[in-house]
Amino acid sequence: MAVPLAFFGLFFAYPVAAIVGRGLRTDEGWRFGRIGEVLGRPDIADVLWFTTWQALASTALTLLVALPGAYVLARFSFPGRQLLRALVTVPFVLPTVVVGTAFLALVGRGGLSDEVWGVRLDTTVWAILLAHVFFNYAVVVRTVGGLWAQLDPRQEEAARVLGAGRFGAWWRVTLPALGPAVAAAALMVFLFTFTSFGVVQILGGPSYATLEVEVYRQTAQLLDLSTAAVLTMVQFVAVGLILAVHAWTVRRRETALRLVDPARTAHPPRGWAQRALLGGVLLTVVLLIVAPLAVLVERSFDAPGGYGLGFYRALQDAGAGGGTFLVPPLEAIWNSLQYALAATAIALFVGGLAAAALTRRAGRFVRGFDALLMLPLGVSAVTVGFGFLITLDEPPLDLRTSWILVPLAQALVGVPFVVRTMLPVLRAVDGRLREAAAVLGASPWRAWREVDLPMVRRALLIAAGFAFAVSLGEFGATVFIARPDRPTLPVAVARLLGRAGELNYGQAMALSTILMLVCAVALLALERLRPDKTSGEF
Amino acid sequence: MSTTKKIAGVALATALGVTALSACGGGEGKDKPGASDAPTKSKTVTLVSHDSFSVSDGVLKEFEQQSGYTVKILKSGDAGTALNQEILTKGSPRGDVFFGVDNTLLSRALENGIFTPYEPKGLDAIASEYVLDKGHKVTPIDSGDICVNYDKAYFADKKIAPPQTLDDLLKPEYKNLLVTENAATSSPGLGFLLASIGKYGEDGWKDYWSKLKDNGVEVVDGWEQAYNERFSGSAGGKKAKGDRPLVVSYASSPPVEVIYADPQPAEAPTGVATGTCFRQIEFAGLLKGAKNEAGGKALIDFLVSKKFQEDMPLNMFVNPVVKGAALPEAFTKHGVVIEKPETVAPEDIAKNREQWVKAWSSLVVK
Repeated sequence: MAVPLAFFGLFFAYPVAAIVGRGLRTDEGWRFGRIGEVLGRPDIADVLWFTTWQALASTALTLLVALPGAYVLARFSFPGRQLLRALVTVPFVLPTVVVGTAFLALVGRGGLSDEVWGVRLDTTVWAILLAHVFFNYAVVVRTVGGLWAQLDPRQEEAARVLGAGRFGAWWRVTLPALGPAVAAAALMVFLFTFTSFGVVQILGGPSYATLEVEVYRQTAQLLDLSTAAVLTMVQFVAVGLILAVHAWTVRRRETALRLVDPARTAHPPRGWAQRALLGGVLLTVVLLIVAPLAVLVERSFDAPGGYGLGFYRALQDAGAGGGTFLVPPLEAIWNSLQYALAATAIALFVGGLAAAALTRRAGRFVRGFDALLMLPLGVSAVTVGFGFLITLDEPPLDLRTSWILVPLAQALVGVPFVVRTMLPVLRAVDGRLREAAAVLGASPWRAWREVDLPMVRRALLIAAGFAFAVSLGEFGATVFIARPDRPTLPVAVARLLGRAGELNYGQAMALSTILMLVCAVALLALERLRPDKTSGEF
Repeated sequence: MSTTKKIAGVALATALGVTALSACGGGEGKDKPGASDAPTKSKTVTLVSHDSFSVSDGVLKEFEQQSGYTVKILKSGDAGTALNQEILTKGSPRGDVFFGVDNTLLSRALENGIFTPYEPKGLDAIASEYVLDKGHKVTPIDSGDICVNYDKAYFADKKIAPPQTLDDLLKPEYKNLLVTENAATSSPGLGFLLASIGKYGEDGWKDYWSKLKDNGVEVVDGWEQAYNERFSGSAGGKKAKGDRPLVVSYASSPPVEVIYADPQPAEAPTGVATGTCFRQIEFAGLLKGAKNEAGGKALIDFLVSKKFQEDMPLNMFVNPVVKGAALPEAFTKHGVVIEKPETVAPEDIAKNREQWVKAWSSLVVK
């Protein structure tokens, strides 16, 4: 408990409080009058309204599209299932710069949909919503699917025997059991879309702005710290409210579930209805997730003088970036992996301790802490980054130019994932099993190892996968601190896209493709690590 | 997969993570800030800059050898963001020298007093029109022009002459052809707005923009999108099927299109409308509270040395400010020299920038 608290206080609460304080305090004292002034501005009201409704719409759409996917990936076994599961997670870690480019190529002017159907969606809200679904599909699939795969199907069968219809059994048995996970996923998606930055900036054009975009503009570009502080607080309150509602709905629903080995619940699809469902999900994935990724890959090979590896060859050459990187862009891959591994280790350590502490205890304080750990997701990277700048500048904590700042900032976003993923499973472990182990003479440590660990290992791996993925694609905080001799992949892509010329553009596409591959491979490796008693999955 | 294998796998992954941690950590031990950075003659000098800063390896190494300093480069976001971070950390800077404050932001930097005055060796060689701060708190390093670029092929096909001036852009034959950037978020976007303010003055620019809007100007958020997605003349735009043959970019963009094409064409695919330009000048300054002031001074001397000035164009696509620094062939062959760029005095920019941008936003974007 102490470790997560200290981590959270030092690397989140203190920097953010400092930067907000700087915006609201002058030599004459606090200026709380600013709050009313800022909120009274019509442009700010527009921003608030847009932020809220697009997040609601995105969340609803994501749940609608992704829940069938979660079911199919959890309950059906079919060739290539692991590959598919890794694939849907890839978007989640792509830098938004790249996604924006891909989506414009799909739904923009002269894009695929324009050529085929004459439909253009760029600079409409639809493009933003679609991109949000694209990004967050994996959140639902992994959060809900992870639990769904372990629910004992016999409970539903028992309900059917007792006379419930197919839907009734699902409605009364499965859905309540899934409730916390669905709520957690919905909350995640809402948070991500509420605080969406890159997607809105690229696809929305200058006429749409979310709170996050506005905070960034006010802080980084206009240095209007007091307006930024007010907006940060508004976002804070909004996120706090969401979390409170979430905590209230989830609190009484995490009853002990009967969890079984996921391998036992999966079966090949039977009958036309299930096959149609599988087909529908596959079609959705192809249209929504594969198509934008495919456009990127296609462009990365579209070298001058016909298709080929020209852009990839250029990546090995340090001079290719015109000296931008001081190292060949390929080295960015290695940098990214190192940072992501470090961030994952930190996030697992801090998040794991927090989740364990939260399982053991109940009470108002602990619930508050649970919600507190989620807050970093609702605060913009620029606020945290600027907060770091003005707080971590004294030895022994002058970390402003230290490499560790990058994984720390990334872990801040990773921790909530770890907690969210671990907690439902940890809480669902039946306490009597532990007691039985204790009665049989096991030490607490051994009881945990023999009873809890096997059940939570999968959740642990999913959490690790998430934390790793988030770190790999994290861009906001990294831009502040990544040193030019050690650029991460997203930073390198953004820099290449920021220059004219065909080779730079092509290299950006090639690097994005590599980033996708690295993510897919990392995620696949995690999938392979799953405890899994049947080897007939692949 | 057996259980032992799996455990081994998990253990391996964990070990890897730990090794990576210690591997990263090991390399960083030697430049830990704090104790070792006592005000003795420090051997490291740190340059803080924006993302576009770049220098050839050889040139930097030569400076390190001659001066005995090791140069650390710290990039932190775009020009505005990088400068704002320096203002926030005033008095306890992350580095010794800041490079990349331009004439649109200069007053903000000077008002906040983040620099210590320094007259570099070689100041006499800098053309005097670039020296905007007579107190020498900042030293000009490079200049570049923000101009409308056109897609040569498009205008050749249509047999229309490409536009040359700001007035031309209002003509009906150029309707719906121009894409520009958001002046609130993008420095070329702001530059283009300032070009119109420089030309038509405080009273005329709004009128110009409302006509430009009627003539179908498109506004996107950033340069990347305008140039690589919407503009039909750039390599990226061709692939993205951009359909705007006019874009607000830089006078140095056509040479870049040549240098980064494979094979290199004999002629640049894009041209520059020379009567639409705004001149940007970038400065460097010694940061107040620098840990290594002597090193910082040596670094600024290096930035205005002929060696660095001649290395700059192909790395950052900007023009040198030092008299007699030779331009690379690609620039002389495919670039144009802008004789009469529009200018706005830095103090006017400082005073009015925010209201200009606000007025522009409500006029053009909303």
